[in-house]
Amino acid sequence: MKLDAKIPSGPLERKWERYQLEMKLVNPANKRKFDVIVVGSGLAGASAAASLAELGYKVKCFCFQDSPRRAHSIAAQGGINAAKNYQNDGDSVYRLFYDTIKGGDFRAREGNVYRLAQVSAGIIDQCVAQGVPFAREYGGLLANRSFGGAQVSRTFYARGQTGQQLLLGAYQALSRQIGLGNVKMFPRTEMLDLVLIDGHAKGIVVRDLVTGEISSHAGDAVVLATGGYGNVFYLSTNARGCNVTATYRAFKRGAVFANPCYTQIHPTCIPVSGDHQSKLTLMSESLRNDGRVWVPKKRDDKRPSQEIPETERDYYLERKYPSYGNLAPRDISSRAAKEACDDGRGVGPGGLGVYLDFADAIKRVSEPVIRERYGNLFDMYEKITGENAYQTPMRIYPAVHYTMGGLWVDYNLMSNVPGLFVIGEANFSDHGANRLGASALMQGLADGYFILPYTISNYFASNKQTKAKADQTEFKKVEAEVSVRTNKFLAIEGKRTVTSFHRELGKLLWDKCGMARDEAGLKEALQKIPALREEFWRNVKVTGGSGSLNQDLEQAGRVADYLEFAELLCLDALIRRESCGGHFRTEFQTEEGEALRDDANFSFVSAWEFQGTDQPPMLHKEPLVYEELKMSQRSYK
Amino acid sequence: MNLTLRVWRQKNAHTPGEFREYEATGIVPDMSFLEMLDVVNEGLIARGGEPIAFDSDCREGICGTCSLVINGIPHGGQRGTTACQLHMRHFKDGDRITIEPWRARAFPVLRDLVVDRSPFDRIVQSGGFVSVNTGQAVDANCLPVPKDDSDLAMDAAQCIGCGACVAACKNASAMLFVAAKVSHLNLLPQGKAEKDRRALNMVKAMDEAGFGNCSVTGSCEAVCPKEISLDFIARMNRDYAAALLKGKFHAKAQAAGG
Amino acid sequence: MNLFSLIFGSSLGKKFVMAISGALLFGFVVAHMLGNLQVFLGPEQLNAYGHFLQTTPEILWPARLGLLAMVVLHIWSAIRLSRENKAARPIAYAVQKTVKASYASRTMLMSGLIIAAFVVYHLLHFTVLMQAVNLTGQNFSALLDVKGRHDVYRMMVIGFSHPAVALFYLIAVGLLCLHLSHGVSSLFQSLGLKNKFYGACLDRFAKFASLILFLGYAAIPSAILLGLVK
Repeated sequence: MKLDAKIPSGPLERKWERYQLEMKLVNPANKRKFDVIVVGSGLAGASAAASLAELGYKVKCFCFQDSPRRAHSIAAQGGINAAKNYQNDGDSVYRLFYDTIKGGDFRAREGNVYRLAQVSAGIIDQCVAQGVPFAREYGGLLANRSFGGAQVSRTFYARGQTGQQLLLGAYQALSRQIGLGNVKMFPRTEMLDLVLIDGHAKGIVVRDLVTGEISSHAGDAVVLATGGYGNVFYLSTNARGCNVTATYRAFKRGAVFANPCYTQIHPTCIPVSGDHQSKLTLMSESLRNDGRVWVPKKRDDKRPSQEIPETERDYYLERKYPSYGNLAPRDISSRAAKEACDDGRGVGPGGLGVYLDFADAIKRVSEPVIRERYGNLFDMYEKITGENAYQTPMRIYPAVHYTMGGLWVDYNLMSNVPGLFVIGEANFSDHGANRLGASALMQGLADGYFILPYTISNYFASNKQTKAKADQTEFKKVEAEVSVRTNKFLAIEGKRTVTSFHRELGKLLWDKCGMARDEAGLKEALQKIPALREEFWRNVKVTGGSGSLNQDLEQAGRVADYLEFAELLCLDALIRRESCGGHFRTEFQTEEGEALRDDANFSFVSAWEFQGTDQPPMLHKEPLVYEELKMSQRSYK
Repeated sequence: MNLTLRVWRQKNAHTPGEFREYEATGIVPDMSFLEMLDVVNEGLIARGGEPIAFDSDCREGICGTCSLVINGIPHGGQRGTTACQLHMRHFKDGDRITIEPWRARAFPVLRDLVVDRSPFDRIVQSGGFVSVNTGQAVDANCLPVPKDDSDLAMDAAQCIGCGACVAACKNASAMLFVAAKVSHLNLLPQGKAEKDRRALNMVKAMDEAGFGNCSVTGSCEAVCPKEISLDFIARMNRDYAAALLKGKFHAKAQAAGG
Repeated sequence: MNLFSLIFGSSLGKKFVMAISGALLFGFVVAHMLGNLQVFLGPEQLNAYGHFLQTTPEILWPARLGLLAMVVLHIWSAIRLSRENKAARPIAYAVQKTVKASYASRTMLMSGLIIAAFVVYHLLHFTVLMQAVNLTGQNFSALLDVKGRHDVYRMMVIGFSHPAVALFYLIAVGLLCLHLSHGVSSLFQSLGLKNKFYGACLDRFAKFASLILFLGYAAIPSAILLGLVK
């Protein structure tokens, strides 16, 4: 299979313009003849569903939550980047493009990233017009703040709830189209398989999570906006329901999966408190604007933080990376925290934590100012830990947060399966090996509002396809497969709970394929995962029935997919014999312990094609061609 | 610590439910309330029972999915806190905890502690938006918004749509939810054009869903995890009255000219 | 949709009806108290006031009809709203806990119903002058002062000299004031005229006004029972 990214030719800054000029359009009166299925209702899904419906397409939108407003985009705290240069501090489309490529450790496509930077400004305009209450200055104009990995202030925010407000904006736009009858919404409905007819994506099979009914929906295109796979690690900052099922099912139907090993670890999360932990909570990275990260200089220093004098503290980020300091990119900050803890200098229970100290900032600008900036984060910290961070430093530790990998897509955001579009975190396209803070919201909305609506019309206008119907044999066949699988979970009647398998898999992955990876560990994981999977299918215990609301059954299906997907993740990490961004192989590091890329051998996108159960997937390589930038060693010193 | 739970169990929307008692053992103070339920559920599954169904997703207090009435108070009574952020350190060994679903005609129970809150979506669909298509927006800074208005709009916009206001109100009224959305958009210049229509249409949708009326008891504000103010209800009442006085409801839809 | 159906058909419209009728009834309650307190100025003043009202039908009847309309609207909206409220929660909570809601706010319907019953009695007692309900065996319509006017003063003294009547009156005005302590501030909320900035003042005003009304109304039967007014 040849993976053609279909990047338009011509100079970088003209590519998108040229695409828009050359693409084929669907006549307004014909748009209503096309049915689009959108799976997921987060920033990408809701914005796409709303925008497509506004254009006149007939849209069906699906989400497993009880309302489209609950998708996990809602939890993003810090902000959204846009190259507005409102602060007159030297920002530009080019600089945002450059920062994103560099932040992604030169493993993203230039063409896609440049387009992302180009449309970023329009996102802010659109959101403000929708009534998103971004923070403002007294003059009534929009406020900005700086964020990790950038030296300009280009981040727009709405208190600590930017994701929530942007999602509500998209949800409102979607609600308007639902009210107008242009979108039919299916909440509490989970996609369990993709249906292909003559090689084209023509629909999905879903399970109604309330009644248990399995049914099919046919369309002219399927858009997956189903988020990332961070929950494969069991503990992550993702919502409980986030899962890989939709994209993994598409993978099993022929869509290739790109760069699964690029997983982002977020440096500022609340440390694990015990085995009962069901998820980890992220504290916005914006805290690093005012907080200083440190650990004691001495090992096993059990003194309370306030008793450790200034001279015995190691502000290791400021020491190692003087120009970025506490704002060093996420992967670097995370790894530095792990190193400090591995060195025995971690703080808190289990020694898995570092301090994020606001004492200096409070002294500098006063407590009320800090309260105004981060009050909700401090409150959240207190609710979870019972500690007051205005008085004692916060304890933080890295946690899995975002996954840069995803289904492979071309410049059209279409996978190698014609008619299957993948947007938002579910695709792999824009962040390379590491994503910059405040760029996930930007990408989700860019895809949904401004890119997919164009590219999907190009697809419709240039592909004459017959209309699929949900009662065709292809659909019935897949429905039957889904039913069999669902009932199989209930029939096993083993001894272990679904969660216990998930927890074990997560621990294995975090230990062997987490913040730092090595060949021996990955090989070990690749041996243990199939054994665990085998035990799952023999010994899992799922109670209740399939004909009603059964959360354990839902979870069983998701964990079963994680148990296969985890192998793909480790395999990808194993063959990538270099360190880059979120993928750190201990064998490949500089003398100073920084990631060591191997551009000569690994400047490609690894894209995996399913070959059948019990067959190893096949690796395809899409070479990354840099026309504009020269690959360089990332340095944040 | 060990606790006794009295939990509402109900098979589906059409079957009557009942309370059942469960022992929760080995609970530690650092657990969240939902993690405590996870532990109980794992025990239930291991013994072959059906786990207690309850809604949750983000578990960090922002998605608004969790919906438990704990000892008679939605979300458990800790100020500005959702059930998922309520930690067991606020309970004592030997406590007896009653857990019920949101109770409202408009929110039928789907199973155990899971309720259907789709009326909230329908209310938003009736007018909780600004009618602007993608691509129609002007530059974000071309219309300054006074910081106070913007901050106040943000106070209202924080609503997570959990429905605790309905659950707490003795009349199962959705006024705080609707008022928050109406106020958020009506306060901003971008939402002004549809101000009257929005108030009229959203109140109509609220009434049709079968919620009760506001008796101004203030319970909703007290249990709201985002501490949304009762002021927004007054503001919506005012917007509604203004819309009535202006007679905007008489406006006829006009076909676009050719 | 027309204005009529929006006002009488919507939840907010009914609250407006309740708030506006409530506000006007509050005004009446204040005026009525001021009128009655003239009992402390002696028979001449009170009887002259009574005579003035009774001989000025162009004020009396519009006021009576207006009040009747307000009472009807107030009760109608109360019944409609509370029926909807009951229907909105068909299954009650097993554990009933009150968060923030004051006693007055939770008992508006009950206090309102008792007040309504009292108003009927009160009208029969002092307006219709039905002899059977005054429990003193006297015919109040036959009471005339030296100038031949209806002796309102003596009617009050005799009427309240019966402890059971006075007690019912005291309980009713107590409930009325409880009702108003919530109603007066919440009518501002219903009409959209309240916010955090002066809302607390309104709440205090409502409680203060209710207290003054209670003291004012309670003073009359108390003074009569204690023999201070004869």
